[in-house]
Amino acid sequence: MKSFRRLVYPYLIWAGVLIVLPMLIIVFYAFSTEGNDVIPVKITLENFVRFFSDTIFIEVLGRSLKLAVITTIVCILLGYPAAYFISQLNPDSQSVMVLIVTLPQLINMLVRTYAWRGILLNIDIAPELKVYIGMVYNFLPYMILQIYTSLSKMDPSLVPAAHDLGCDDRMAFLKVTLPLSVPGIISGITLVFLPAVSSFFIPKLLGGGSYVLVGNLIENYFVTTGDWNFGSAISLIMTIVILISMYFTKKFDYDQEAA
Amino acid sequence: MKKYGFLKKSYLALIIGFFYLPIIYVVVFSFNASRSLTSFTGFSLQWYEKMFASRPMMESIYYTVIIAVIATAVSTVAGTIVAIGLSKSHRIIRQVVTQVNNLPMLNPDIVTAIGLMLFFSTLNIPTGFGTLLLAHIIFCIPYVILSIMPKLRQLDDNLAEAAMDLGCTPLQALWKVIIPQIREGIVSGALVAFTMSFDDFVISYFTTGPGINNISTYVYATTKRINPSVNALSTIIVIAITTILIFANVLPMLRERRKRNEKTA
Repeated sequence: MKSFRRLVYPYLIWAGVLIVLPMLIIVFYAFSTEGNDVIPVKITLENFVRFFSDTIFIEVLGRSLKLAVITTIVCILLGYPAAYFISQLNPDSQSVMVLIVTLPQLINMLVRTYAWRGILLNIDIAPELKVYIGMVYNFLPYMILQIYTSLSKMDPSLVPAAHDLGCDDRMAFLKVTLPLSVPGIISGITLVFLPAVSSFFIPKLLGGGSYVLVGNLIENYFVTTGDWNFGSAISLIMTIVILISMYFTKKFDYDQEAA
Repeated sequence: MKKYGFLKKSYLALIIGFFYLPIIYVVVFSFNASRSLTSFTGFSLQWYEKMFASRPMMESIYYTVIIAVIATAVSTVAGTIVAIGLSKSHRIIRQVVTQVNNLPMLNPDIVTAIGLMLFFSTLNIPTGFGTLLLAHIIFCIPYVILSIMPKLRQLDDNLAEAAMDLGCTPLQALWKVIIPQIREGIVSGALVAFTMSFDDFVISYFTTGPGINNISTYVYATTKRINPSVNALSTIIVIAITTILIFANVLPMLRERRKRNEKTA
């Protein structure tokens, strides 16, 4: 059976060349600029200095984080009751509801966002609000399904047990159900916050180009202006910001479990 | 208590309404007689006619399907082979591969996308159908491995050994003993790969070349002006996916119910 080990070797090379190497190329581009004829590339911190010395870029990064945080919070607030109510239905209705929630998710994200564009043309609201509606719409199903999964794994005898021990409905929910569904909320946050920070077509399609986020910046520097070095630096900064946020989310999760 | 139940149902109905509103909206406006996206002026099939007559639109459907099919087939076979190899590998190799696979799954799509774009350009590979397909295979394999690994962990190691003691070659043991037991994982891996590829926009956008569009990149490119044929295209996607989902979910559910009824009868 040990001979099966060799099956992995080709993939080690594949993953090294096609997954790890591209990431290293981004790092290399981020720390360099195009040089002159004699020295084609120059290793430098220039791109990062440029990003952090311009308030516009910081503003865009802040706006993206704000959008991602608010989207995530709204998804939790709207998604938790939905997931909770679904978990209280009878088993057959539960699977039908999961199917109903999953179905729109399987339809191409671009197509769904395009559909919102038509509806929102009828409504006169700030472009920012349109972007928020589109974001919540796209990410809410992920949150509902994650929270639902953790709620449905819960032992159904726990809540009656809490009642027997003198809890009312509210206390039983706060002391038993809610803490046990925290892992679902955390994985929901991962699935919503991460892609929300870097999203660029929802703001572009619904915000009408006036609402620039960090994802739009990266797109612009790669597709329009062709300044790949600066674009790489922006994506590196964005990735680091996401990693830091995820670290704190995970840490919160562990602290909760420990407490 | 009854009033409370009504509130719950109304809330769920509102959420469902929110989810389906845009879908119903595109379906209705795909039959609109005018170009407008805000007022319905009458029934017409002209946007469907225009869609079928539009070469770039039909090509985008063709590329989406052909790439999803090839990427699913390749990544399912490759992912299965790698997962089986990993289950017999040293722990360190297993951890390294898991960490590396996490990169495309946890990184924002746009980072994976520009990484590949820079990679292709560094090697002077012209972007087009080939790079698009390769990119899809690259990001699908980790998902296939992820779906199969739990099934392999549940597998009894002695079964394959026993098969070989009874005269199977390692390849026969693989085909007759291991594969049938992890079949469920392989199927769900293939489904994930197919939906990931079919839906992908960000990675396709940065790795495709001139003239090669999938549905997502086509829709993105045409949204600068109003094009109601996109509504017709969306409607067809909605119908196709709903049909597939009904066949995949409702039929087994009905079959199970019939089985249950037969047992009680």
